[in-house]
Formats: sequence, structure tokens, C-alpha cells
Amino acid sequence: MKAVLPILAFAVLMGLAPLMVASNVVLNFLVFTLIIALAAQGWNLLGGYGGQYSFGHAAFFGTGAYVTAILQVRYGMNAYPAFTAGIGFAALVGLVIGFLAFRSGLRGSYFALVTLAFAEVFRVLANAAEMTGGAAGILIRLQANPANFQFAERGTFLWVALALVTLALLATLALERSRLGAQLVAVRENEAAAQALGVDVLAVKLRAITLSAAMTGAAGGLYAQYFLYLDANIAYGTWISVEALLAPIVGGAGTVFGPVLGAVILHGLGEATKSLAGSIPGIDLVIFGIVLILVVRFPPRDLPGLLRLRRRA
Amino acid sequence: MGFPPEIILEAVLNGLLTGAVYGLVALGLTLVYGVLHIINFAHGALLTAAMYGAYVARTALGIDPYVAALPLAALFFLLGYAVQRLVIGPASRGKDENILLVTLGLSIIIENLMLAVFRSDTRSIDAPYAMDVVEFGPALLGYPRVVGFGATILVGIALYLLMTRTATGKAIRAVAKERTGAALVGIDVAHIYAVTFGIGTACLAIAAALLLPSFYVSPRVGNAFVLVAFTIVVLGGMGSVVGALLGGLIIGVVESLSGLYLGESLGQIGIFLIFILVLLVRPTGLFGARA
Repeated sequence: MKAVLPILAFAVLMGLAPLMVASNVVLNFLVFTLIIALAAQGWNLLGGYGGQYSFGHAAFFGTGAYVTAILQVRYGMNAYPAFTAGIGFAALVGLVIGFLAFRSGLRGSYFALVTLAFAEVFRVLANAAEMTGGAAGILIRLQANPANFQFAERGTFLWVALALVTLALLATLALERSRLGAQLVAVRENEAAAQALGVDVLAVKLRAITLSAAMTGAAGGLYAQYFLYLDANIAYGTWISVEALLAPIVGGAGTVFGPVLGAVILHGLGEATKSLAGSIPGIDLVIFGIVLILVVRFPPRDLPGLLRLRRRA
Repeated sequence: MGFPPEIILEAVLNGLLTGAVYGLVALGLTLVYGVLHIINFAHGALLTAAMYGAYVARTALGIDPYVAALPLAALFFLLGYAVQRLVIGPASRGKDENILLVTLGLSIIIENLMLAVFRSDTRSIDAPYAMDVVEFGPALLGYPRVVGFGATILVGIALYLLMTRTATGKAIRAVAKERTGAALVGIDVAHIYAVTFGIGTACLAIAAALLLPSFYVSPRVGNAFVLVAFTIVVLGGMGSVVGALLGGLIIGVVESLSGLYLGESLGQIGIFLIFILVLLVRPTGLFGARA
């Protein structure tokens, strides 16, 4: 119960935001950060706990987003079942990619490469296919009604996104304490040893990538419902693969709060840079890249140690 | 779907020619993998940077890309050397997953710096020979592709000589085989790593100069070649130089033929299928050792 408290505290504090701030800019920023945090939490399950670094989580994000949109626009389905189906399809894509990659024993940089390539291929396909609206993209009709998973107030959408992020946090906590979580960490730390102890490495990795893909797919569906527009470069673009990976790495991979913390830090930094540097395109991403290299060079968990050393010297 | 044989022959030949330059891009990637055992995710971004280099040389200084290729290669050798020595080496502290993240960070930085400087417009140079053709039997071959093919062969020969006939080449091969042993006999491993990375980047610079006359350049153009280069490297076998060049030729032909039969926008699907197939059947590639 003790571990659940910080999550509830976070949910309550963040939930107060729409009541205290009326600015659409701020609410927009928070919603977007929550969507990224959800996608990043998905990456964290596989990359943080399982040590399998995917560079292609866009494949899951995009699938969640496109299925949510296509079922509504092309098949007239209601938004909620469409969103649920989006999560299901994303999980399926995760399972298939995971099966192909893990069955062949791909690890480390090889796995990163393969996931990156899959996401790129999906992008090329979505850009050419008719179903996805091709290069012109796909537009979900604006019908601001809770029955359609659309809300007139940004604040309401923030609560919905927050509820999903809170669920993801609780799910991550549950995973951390489950048998699967322990096996996953064992695989991350030493695959051969885990196998010797009787852990079914392939099954564990497959479960992890399926859960991971479902969560990132949910973020994609949420994105579709919030922005009501998708094209291949948004849904399957490298930007989301990078965002999903960057937030946990910066905030702390393999921890419950890492992805949320990382998403807030990065996007706070990104917004600050944009307001300082003006309209130079891509400048916030340059900062992201620099932060990534710095975090790898000086891991945050080493920082207290470094400070202590300095004080002693 | 019957095309006359000379159309198919022309597609195959043009595919081979383009594939040679793809092979050159993949060569840099596989060389770095073979020695440093890392996949350089900044490869595409560095290619983009080199293409802008050739673009600026042409538009600001009026130097033809073919003339600029060698000075650009020298410049990018130094750049690659510095990046490995000053950024990737120290930041990764020898851990594989760190190297992955550092090269990814580099690619984000380079790509977006290009975006900040050149904006997202697609640019091209109007080389007078871009549309020239060379007659080869019944087939017409694009002049820039023929030059690209010839230059790739020259680079391949030069690399072969470098690796087999010089002390540096010997040291590179020694480090690739056995890093600790190489260090014990007095080889400066960090220096050899940086030299190898520099050579890989120099290959990119030459490839960029060869591509520029017939391709446009934009901040994301490198991504288009990266999937192709990765597929080639996976197909040819990680770390295999011969595999990269042959893989490049195969991929060039596949792309050209699937472009002919499926149309331009789906031409890359053939590459995708090969990628999946290699992954399923032989993840170590055609010429690779067990990973």
C-alpha cells in the first residue's frame, strides 16, 4: 500500500491542474506530456525492466493510433471499442515483432536495429496505403461529446489521460512485484544465468513486449483522439520512438516513476528552449540529443556520489 | 506483367549501379561494426551532413561534387575520428547499450542541426550531367550511376590495399579480432577505434558526393538510406566488407525491379521482405560469422 501512495499523490496533484490553470497552452503541454509519459511507460516495461532497448516503439504507437482512427472513420465504429481494438492490435504487432526478433536470438544493438527497421517499414506502408489516407493523412471528425471519446474542455481530456497514466503506473508497480517482473529483471541482468535457473527467456520477453506494445499503443490511440489527425510521419515517425526511449532513460529506466519524470523534465526543457531560442526548427530536439548523451555519460544515480566526492575533496 | 527483356535488363543494370553506392554506405556501417562491435545509429545523419557538405561546396564554392569527394572524405575522416575519440568513446564507457544511446543522441543532434540551418526544404544541385546517359548494348544507363559504380570499385580497392598492405590496416584487423591481445602488443586501441570510425565516415562522404547529382537532399534524407544500408549489412553479414558490397548490389537490383513491377512508392517493400526473410532464415547474414 505504501508504494501506491506516491502514485495516488501524483494523480491528485496533476488532477488539480485543470482546476487551477485556465491557460490552454499549459493544459495542452500537460496533456501532450502525459501522452508521451504513457508511451514511455510502455517502453520502460521492455527496455527498463527487461533490458531490451527498442528503437522502434513508433510501430506500436502508430498501430494504436491508426487502428483507433481507421475503425471510426472507415467502419463507423464508436471511439471506445476502436480505442480498445487499437490497443489489441498494437499488442499483436508487439507479439509478432517480438517473436521474429527474440526467436532468432536478437539482442542489444541487433534488436534495436530490427525494431527501428520495422517502424520505418510501417511508416513507408502507411504512407502508401489507401486505408490510412496515404500521404494526406486521416482526419477523425470533430464531435466533441464524451460518448465519442472527445471532450469540449482540454481539462477533461487531461483527466482521461491522467487516469490512463495512473493505471499504467499501477500496472508497472504490479509488474515490478510480480513473478514476471522478477524474471524480466533476471533476464536483463544475466540472460544465461536466468535460463540456467529455469526461466523461459523467450516467453518472458514475449510477455514483456506484448504488454509494452499495448501500453504504447494506448498512448497512440489517445494521441489520435486528442489531435484528431494522423499521418505516417506522426504515427510511425522516429520522433515517437525517440521520445518513448528518451523519457525513461533520462528519468530512470526500470523504475515506476522514471518515464513520467523524464517526460516532464524533457518537455519542460524543450518548451524553455523554444521560448528562448524562438522559432528555430528542431532546436528542442538538439537539446534532447545533448541531454541523452550527458545522461549516458553521467548517470543520474551516480550524481549523489559525485557530489559527495566533491564535498570531501 | 510482361516487360520487354531490354527494359528488365536496363532495370537490373541500373539497380546494380545504384546498389554499388548503397554498398559504399553500408561499407562504412559494417566496417565500424566489425572493429568496434557497435551499430552506429548516427550513420544516416552523418550521410545527410556529408550530402549538405557536398551541396554547400557546389552552391557556395562552385565545386563539382565529383571534385569535392576527396577533400570531403578527408574532412569527414577527421570529423569521424574526433566524434569517436571525444564523444562516443568517453561517453559510452565501454558498455554496448550506452554506445547505442550515444550514437542515437548524435543522430538526433546532427539531423536537427541540419534542420535548424537548412530548414526542411528539399534541395538539389543542377549538375549539367545529371540527365546524361551512357549506352551499354541495348540499355541506357544514367551517367551519375556509372560514375558512382566506378568510384565505389576504386574505394573498395583502396580499402583492400589499406587493410592488407599497411601497418594501420594490420592494426585494425588485429583490434577487430582480439582487442585485449592487440592492446598487449602495444596497439593504441582507442586510436584504432577512432581511425576505423573515421574511415567509415569518409566512405559516407564519398557516397554523399556520388549521390548528390541524382538525389535531392533534406535533413531527413539519411533515414531513407539507413534502412537500406541496415538491410544490406544484415543481408551481407554484420562486419563483412565483401558482404556489404555484394549485399549492396543485390539490394540495388531488388529495389530497381520491385520499383519496376510495384511502382516507385512501394519499391522499398521488396527490401522489407528481404529483411524479414534474412531475419527468419539466417540472422547472421550471407557472409557473417555467428553473432
